[in-house]
Amino acid sequence: MNWESVIGLEVHLQLATRSKIFSGSATTFGAEPNTQASAVDLAMPGMLPVLNAEAVHYAVKFGLGIGAKIGKRSIFDRKNYFYPDSPKGYQISQFEAPIVGEGSFEISLPDGSTRSIGITRAHLEEDAGKSLHEDYHGQSGIDLNRAGTPLLEIVSEPDIRDATEAVAYLKALHSLVTYLEISDGNMAEGSMRCDINISLRPQGSSTLGTRAEIKNVNSFRFVEKAIQHEIERQSDILEDGGTIVQETRLYDAQRDETRPMRSKEVANDYRYFPEPDLLPVVIDDAYILDIQHTLPELPTTKRHRFAEAYGLSNYDASVLTDSRPLADYFEVVVATCNDAKIAANWVQVELLGQLNREQTSLAQCPVPAADLGGLITRILDGSISGKIAKQVFEAMWQGEGSADAVIEARGLKQVSDSGALEGIIAEVIAGHPEQVQQFLEADEDRRKKLTGFFVGQVMKASKGQANPQMVNALLAEKLA
Amino acid sequence: MHNHTVSQLSQGLREGSYSSVEVTRNYLERIARLDERYNAFISVDETAALAAAEAADARIAGGDAAPLTGIPLAHKDIFCTKGMKTSCGSRMLDNFVPPYDATVIERFRSAGSIILGKTNMDEFAMGSSNESSYYGAARNPWNTGCVPGGSSGGSAAAVAALLAPAATGTDTGGSIRQPAAFCGITGLKPTYGRVSRLGMIAFASSLDQGGPMARTAEDCALMLNTMAGHDPRDSTSSDVPVEDYTAGLEKSLEGLRIGLPDAYFGEGLDSATGECIHLALKELEALGATLTAVSLPHSELTIPTYYIVAPAEASTNLSRYDGVRYGHRCADPADLHDLYTRTREEGFGDEVKRRILIGTYALSAGYYDAYYKKAQQARRLIRQDFLDCFQSVDIIAGPTTPGPAFALGAKDNDPVSMYLEDVYTLAVNLAGLPGMSLPAGFVQDKPIGLQLIGPHFGEGRLLNVAHRFQQATDWHTRTPGVGEHVA
Repeated sequence: MNWESVIGLEVHLQLATRSKIFSGSATTFGAEPNTQASAVDLAMPGMLPVLNAEAVHYAVKFGLGIGAKIGKRSIFDRKNYFYPDSPKGYQISQFEAPIVGEGSFEISLPDGSTRSIGITRAHLEEDAGKSLHEDYHGQSGIDLNRAGTPLLEIVSEPDIRDATEAVAYLKALHSLVTYLEISDGNMAEGSMRCDINISLRPQGSSTLGTRAEIKNVNSFRFVEKAIQHEIERQSDILEDGGTIVQETRLYDAQRDETRPMRSKEVANDYRYFPEPDLLPVVIDDAYILDIQHTLPELPTTKRHRFAEAYGLSNYDASVLTDSRPLADYFEVVVATCNDAKIAANWVQVELLGQLNREQTSLAQCPVPAADLGGLITRILDGSISGKIAKQVFEAMWQGEGSADAVIEARGLKQVSDSGALEGIIAEVIAGHPEQVQQFLEADEDRRKKLTGFFVGQVMKASKGQANPQMVNALLAEKLA
Repeated sequence: MHNHTVSQLSQGLREGSYSSVEVTRNYLERIARLDERYNAFISVDETAALAAAEAADARIAGGDAAPLTGIPLAHKDIFCTKGMKTSCGSRMLDNFVPPYDATVIERFRSAGSIILGKTNMDEFAMGSSNESSYYGAARNPWNTGCVPGGSSGGSAAAVAALLAPAATGTDTGGSIRQPAAFCGITGLKPTYGRVSRLGMIAFASSLDQGGPMARTAEDCALMLNTMAGHDPRDSTSSDVPVEDYTAGLEKSLEGLRIGLPDAYFGEGLDSATGECIHLALKELEALGATLTAVSLPHSELTIPTYYIVAPAEASTNLSRYDGVRYGHRCADPADLHDLYTRTREEGFGDEVKRRILIGTYALSAGYYDAYYKKAQQARRLIRQDFLDCFQSVDIIAGPTTPGPAFALGAKDNDPVSMYLEDVYTLAVNLAGLPGMSLPAGFVQDKPIGLQLIGPHFGEGRLLNVAHRFQQATDWHTRTPGVGEHVA
């Protein structure tokens, strides 16, 4: 039978607020254990949570970014469970009245097509601490630095059909939240963690099958592999006439398999009830409007605009709008050189290629966008050839200054002065009488090949700086 | 000077009749000599108290004294005190020394008052007799065979026995007012949100409120002036401006409309106690007030509602006591589950466990709608009853308790009859209103409390009524056998 997979993702997104959601502790990643844990984070007796207004602001920003309904009166609830990295014995979350309601956003797939994925809701909650099981000789250590870091849990509709779409969804989400500057989206540091809900049903059926939930998958690649594995596992069971057990599973990256979590790791009854230590979060239209006005152009809009305004392919547009700094960089390059196609080519091939080779990010790029634009301008106005331009770019990367400075200092300016070129050509002709003779005796086809030889000699004599078009024209004249 | 009120001590200190060191030393000496009888204190730090008194004397000498500068106070052991054990009456926190002060403590410290010690209380404030304390029950100074009430029983006993001029308490369902009534002192539970809860160990977050316990309404006003105010670290603390609670004390009661809820005078009220309350009301009438019957139609929902809401919140508030970070930890836990269960089995007493069980049950899947959600709806009705009453009356009055203090151990095997002790006080917490208890007579040589209930943020009016009543009566000036077994 042909099976269709139905996938929904729950993404826990760490918000990039400076302090925690309910305390004044810093949220910086990687500090020494428990150095960023206050009395509130440690759930000391009598301590109370105070909501961080920035977290609310970020959540609303996200809601507006996906065109969602904003909860005007959202309520925090206690989610009760015992675990050493949950110091209060409950997590403050939102259950019945989340801050962000239904919305959707567009993902673009590798084949160039796009799809809209629904968002069920997004709610604010606090992150837990970490249990450290190594280095404690059979005991466990608790690091509460992460406890209380604000999370936005983003729940998608079961609109995703396969691993490719899931990865595209996560990439689009990553792009959206970094555009909004509400999260660094760093999966390696756990800023984006993903739970996958997945079930199978016969192709064409509209009822949902029994689902399994795969917890805490922390990279695009693992999401892809976990889904592929899980689809295979479930379809094997169904093909054999078996039934899927509704359960929570873990993806083991080393063995590339999912397996059920121990029952102890799954709490059954969280006893949610409204958190009495916090007031409902009441948001008015003016607050929402203020945030609406500060929203940047979002990835989807930008992608469409790039494709249209710059005449780029959907693929080029989506590469260039993947991150806001890259899109901004590209736009400065275009504004400086006025040629979007060459700019797109240079940014994607030379710039991204170089960043990739050097394993660095755009933020560390030594060549400012205006300088790359300046370089392209020199190609366009014939000052240098495309080949020389690559040399110049290399020098600019090494910190030798703007394109003009490098061209000047290294004397790379293309020779377009006919007097100077005539001199070089005369020397070349004089130095190769044999080839001149051959040329004069040759037919049309052969002449073309020999012209190539002379152009090569002129370029060599001019150290590559001769204007190739002019050399061609002058040679034709001299050899006639 | 040990039978001076706070107000008198404040004047004496400023006039130089005595120093804060002398006053403090005097109370410390009384505690050392007499507290064996009352068990009112869990801990006393003489050195710290005297050092603070010295600093207060310097401040008074420097002309920079606030009204409470140099006044020694006792604090319920539920308020976290930096560097001083804060047990909450529980074995669970017997070893807990907070590295911070509760906001209330911080405010008293900066006012220059002295911490005499931390008072006994029902474990985690759960109880109406002080008998659930890990440190043994405090005794009622009027009759040491009787309970002082609870949960702020240690504070009430300390003030009644003149071991402290005044004390702090907390009130979740009557825990300031009931012990104040049993011990013949004056206690005020402010409007929910009037006094910061930060550093006040939580029992039921939506009901808990700290307040003053003293011998007079005037002293309560002085204390509340220091305690009240917005605290940005407590989201539920109110930003309604704080008035000077001493300013309106003398206001005439002419035209004051007092509502008497039928539910507070019906079946269950001890007749002699009812008689005391009626005489007290006559007194208020004589001072110019008018008495009218009012109705609180949802009164019968109070006890069931409270005993769902309070345990539900408590069951999760007390989850943090898990033996991981502070407090009691069982010896040699075999694994995580063993650590949790044995730590909590050993650290909590029966009443606390009972309420955690009730609360956990009420919040459980499948029961939530029938219990917790229903209770929240009932709570809104109860609150609305009061708001409706305050359309036609200024304050509400009635007994604080159904009868005088009962004997120690009398309700040991009957938690429900213990819960019924708070039948007149619980609704005030559910509605978030301010409530007071003040001495109004004696039954079997034991004090009886008159309860006054005001609209939200009506503390000033309550204190005014109580103060005028105390100017016309002398119940509040009586002390248990002064010159005999106390002095």
